Amino acid sequence: MKVKAKAKNNITSVRVLAKHPMETGRRIDKESGEKIPAKYIQELTCEHEGNVVFVAQLGTSVSKNPYLAFSFEGGKKGDALQLRWNDNTGDVAKVEAKIK
Amino acid sequence: MAISRRKFINMLTVGSTACLALLSPITSWAAWASDAFNATSPDDAYKNLFGSTDTVDSDEVKLKVPKIAENGGAVPVSVKTNLKDVESITIFVKDNPQPLTATFQISAKTIPDISTRIRLAQTSTVTAVIKADGKLYSKSQEVKVTIGGCGG
Repeated sequence: MKVKAKAKNNITSVRVLAKHPMETGRRIDKESGEKIPAKYIQELTCEHEGNVVFVAQLGTSVSKNPYLAFSFEGGKKGDALQLRWNDNTGDVAKVEAKIK
Repeated sequence: MAISRRKFINMLTVGSTACLALLSPITSWAAWASDAFNATSPDDAYKNLFGSTDTVDSDEVKLKVPKIAENGGAVPVSVKTNLKDVESITIFVKDNPQPLTATFQISAKTIPDISTRIRLAQTSTVTAVIKADGKLYSKSQEVKVTIGGCGG
């Protein structure tokens, strides 16, 4: 998961690129002819100083390697952001990013 | 003391409920709106997510999405609004197998301006629904797709 966060005028804008296949469960493997099981991110959250500032719930219609951009009030240079996603198979990824 | 059959079954049930109780915080942590996401028609998804299909077309919902997408696998979408007390922003793709694409919870600190990339199985109407002050506001636009993003 790549995260870029920038603070300007007391507003922090965050861009996230999560590395994930986002399999819909409908795609068919061309070699084996079998369906590729669904694997997609269900929820992505961002925390700043213990407060959840962003929650995204995603479905299978989100592109692979999901890109999300959002912003929130507050946050300053050097603050830490905790981002986390979990997918339908129970995989979880966490990353901490510094606001620039 | 030997454990009777009934007692043993009771122990099993108590044990498994305790396990479930322990597990549930992890699963419910997500509270992922599975019924709404698995719905195959936009109306069902609306009902499951908002409890209503009544939306008001509003120009206050600013939906930015291309009119023609060469690649349905990654269509950039951004939604923003000047409405006050925004609770959530939701994106629907009408003709996808599962129309509900993504829903974003907007807290008091979150600015109602988000962007992402979505898949379109075929040419379809993309709708952004913003829940603000308990009401649903929407804006739709058709996106023509030359190559689909879903299916094999």
